[in-house]
Amino acid sequence: MTSLTSLTLAEARDGLRAKKFSAREIADAHLVAMEKAKGLNAYVLETPDKARAMAAESDKRLKAGDARPLEGVALGVKDMFATEGVRSTACSKILGNFTPTYESTVTAQLWRDGAVMLGKLNNDEFAMGSSNETSAFGPVTSPWRRKGSNAPLVPGGSSGGSAAAVAAKLCLGATGTDTGGSIRQPAAFSGIVGIKPTYGRCSRWGIVAFASSLDQAGPFARTVKDAAILLRSMAGHDPKDSTSTDRPVPDFEKAAGQSVKGRKIGIPKEYRVEGMPKEIEKLWEEGAAWLQKAGAEIVEISLPHTKYALAAYYIVAPAEASSNLARYDGVRYGLRVPGRDMIELYEKTRAAGFGPEVRRRILIGTYVLSAGYYDAYYLRAQKVRTLIKRDFEEAFKSGVDAVLTPATPSSAFAIGEKSSGDPVEMYLNDVFTVTVNMAGLPGIALPAGLDGAGLPLGLQLIGRPFEEETLFSLGAVIEQAAGHFSPAPWW
Amino acid sequence: MSAAAKTSKLIKGATGEWEVVIGLEVHAQVTSEAKLFSGASTAFGGEPNSHVSLVDAAMPGMLPVINRHCVEQAVKTGLGLKAKINSRSVFDRKNYFYPDLPQGYQISQYKSPVVGEGKVTVDMADATITVGIERLHLEQDAGKSIHDLHPTNSLVDLNRSGVALMEIVSKPDMRSADEARAYLTKLRTILRYLGTCDGDMEKGNLRADVNVSVRKPGAPLGTRCEIKNVNSIRFVGQAIDFEARRQVDILEEGGAIEQETRLFDPNKGETRSMRTKEEAHDYRYFPDPDLLPLELDAAFVKALAADLPELPDEKKARFVKSYGLSPYDAGVLIGERETADFFEEVAKGRDAKAAANFVINEFFGRLNKEGKEIAASPVSAKQLASIIDLIGDGTISGKIAKDLFEIVWNEGGDPRAIVEKRGLKQVTDTGAIEKAVDGVIAANPEKVAQVKAKPTLLGWFVGQVMKETGGKANPQAVNELLKKKLGI
Repeated sequence: MTSLTSLTLAEARDGLRAKKFSAREIADAHLVAMEKAKGLNAYVLETPDKARAMAAESDKRLKAGDARPLEGVALGVKDMFATEGVRSTACSKILGNFTPTYESTVTAQLWRDGAVMLGKLNNDEFAMGSSNETSAFGPVTSPWRRKGSNAPLVPGGSSGGSAAAVAAKLCLGATGTDTGGSIRQPAAFSGIVGIKPTYGRCSRWGIVAFASSLDQAGPFARTVKDAAILLRSMAGHDPKDSTSTDRPVPDFEKAAGQSVKGRKIGIPKEYRVEGMPKEIEKLWEEGAAWLQKAGAEIVEISLPHTKYALAAYYIVAPAEASSNLARYDGVRYGLRVPGRDMIELYEKTRAAGFGPEVRRRILIGTYVLSAGYYDAYYLRAQKVRTLIKRDFEEAFKSGVDAVLTPATPSSAFAIGEKSSGDPVEMYLNDVFTVTVNMAGLPGIALPAGLDGAGLPLGLQLIGRPFEEETLFSLGAVIEQAAGHFSPAPWW
Repeated sequence: MSAAAKTSKLIKGATGEWEVVIGLEVHAQVTSEAKLFSGASTAFGGEPNSHVSLVDAAMPGMLPVINRHCVEQAVKTGLGLKAKINSRSVFDRKNYFYPDLPQGYQISQYKSPVVGEGKVTVDMADATITVGIERLHLEQDAGKSIHDLHPTNSLVDLNRSGVALMEIVSKPDMRSADEARAYLTKLRTILRYLGTCDGDMEKGNLRADVNVSVRKPGAPLGTRCEIKNVNSIRFVGQAIDFEARRQVDILEEGGAIEQETRLFDPNKGETRSMRTKEEAHDYRYFPDPDLLPLELDAAFVKALAADLPELPDEKKARFVKSYGLSPYDAGVLIGERETADFFEEVAKGRDAKAAANFVINEFFGRLNKEGKEIAASPVSAKQLASIIDLIGDGTISGKIAKDLFEIVWNEGGDPRAIVEKRGLKQVTDTGAIEKAVDGVIAANPEKVAQVKAKPTLLGWFVGQVMKETGGKANPQAVNELLKKKLGI
């Protein structure tokens, strides 16, 4: 029998219903795999007792023929999600051993649908990073290695733990959050599927906020169909989040596999950035060809404000973050470093609690919102944001159904390679993904091939608002053509 | 306004007269069961930190959701202030660190408030002034820091954290402490009529930041100081008087006013510096990305407008017009919605002026003496109406009515039955009165001799007759008879 951890999520779900194996067996297989893979540092907290208890309930329901949509499906949860009674830290020292008394809406919906929780997954501190190196729990090592090298690589970030765990088969799927590419970039680096749905599709309630107008939860999985299955459970209106949208959640799973005939795919010329590896350019063309072969029409489009997106993003996101992170003050929960007076308590607590990247972004954010600088930075960035959104609107108005771009400007890099120098070098990782958050659109990253060093490369599809179904159907075509990619276990 | 500045309002200084310019920022707690962005209770006086939701404590991942009722209350207030209701307003974050501010920011409305310009008319002793309203916006209250319960630590109570406040900003249209007090009193009355704020200043549910500057009449506006958080109408007056004098003294000594935030110390009756402009916070306002802009459609506003109660100005005008009351009496009666309602119940179907007189003089006088609210009055409108009817139909005299009111106040009961039982009925039988009159005349020949030259002595005779009849004689009849018999 193939290992239970090698099943796709859909196979596991269906196999459980067919009673080929039990939820307990699925959970245990993953717990064993997790034990072996500790060196990857993908999980920051394993919850075996909880997993077994949830699996027991699933087995009861399966036996009774009362299975819920995700019955017995074993998942990992990014540490940005508050999980009731389970330590939730956003991988920051400042939250200490914070254990919420509440469950985020997205994870609550997964458990409502019968999923089983394996543990909490590593991420960049407060989701600020593109390599998972800023985590208070240390970096995650990618399960992928360059051909002929043992150099540890990054899984991408900020959802590095989620991407590594799914790629290394330490869970059937995982949750992530994406503020500027934190789902799509690590998915691309790790050879798996990751989707950031339309802003407002998933509730943000109970997810530690990074940049509220950009943050959105989404799933990681090894297939398009699996990602679609997970998103259906994660999505939906939540009255506790004023920015979540009250519209029905479609059957995304059905969309994966639907015809893409007549779909119009835009290729934005502005995404041909200088210094982009030939392999990526080639893969991009290949992706377009696959879609064309499946009946889609390929057109060149222009998104003229793309070049300003990264700069604008690195103003808007830190601005919101500087305010969102003000609550971590040592007064009510988490870390507290005493001081002689209130100001000193704040200073000491925040200096000890926040890592360098988080501090940098708080400083940038505070600066751009300051009197005298607000108009020049924050207001201007918001105007750019409107223009970026308009670029996409124009493209969609001209009949384009989705936009195809590379997911990242490179394949995964080595741990330490970009984290010690100029932070802008790290920020450049997000060049293809931030526009999607700025415009609030859905974007999916799909594994499309391997580069010369044997590392995964991904493509990104960007859709109209709330048309994730289109992305799943197009994504399935690329998946079909490109095949699946799995790292050879070395851990 | 400056041209109209009356001499009486000006402050005398060594270099001549000064005009004081005042604007008020009033923080009014919205009457609502739940907080502005969370479902937690707003009840006063709970155990510390007993009315705190996850949102109020700013736990990670918590999000604000606007309380529709609070928005309705703000719009109602805007309508009551004859103000523009903005169909689109935006919630912003005002960022600063303080232990009683869990989020590290206050959600407020900065550039786009829910209510725009409006006005309040204020009756002064000699004139009616109009105070412009600049804006009204919704915002969260902070928690409370307690510094005196522990020797070294400060404690925080978050019960108030997140409670909805309306900040009502006036234009700098007031020119004296009297005007500021009258404006605040009127604003409070309007809020209480609307039921949008209970106006309880002792509980801190209504408090004012007072902006004061002085100038020579006709000169441009001077530099202002803001006196924070004044929590009684009387203190507002005291703070203004002190502050205006302080500023005049500085200017007359050749100094300059520094723009600053000051505190009023009610014990010493003075204001003192809290922080200067240089120490002012940079609040880094920006639109709160957790909340969508507040969009109000016309139907929503229209429905609230249709549901608005009669407001003090309209009620006063109606009282003057329909009841024939003097503007002063009408003004007294409409001070509280409850007193106006009480009066109307008393006046219904009877002489309104007589009812107004009795309500204002006897009834309000008695309430004030006892420090009682109208709701706690032992005398009902029905009982009072009955007393007035007894005067009206000549059963009792006005003097007896006062005694009867005392009895009803202290013992309760049906006034008409009390009159019957205790024999308080007015004597209208001219025979009986005549007998008493004759008796008094016969017993006081020397007074009778004097009265022709000194007609004011008539009052003494009336008094004697009333004494004889135990106060029950109809005074008018006594007067007439005496005049006739004494030949005056």
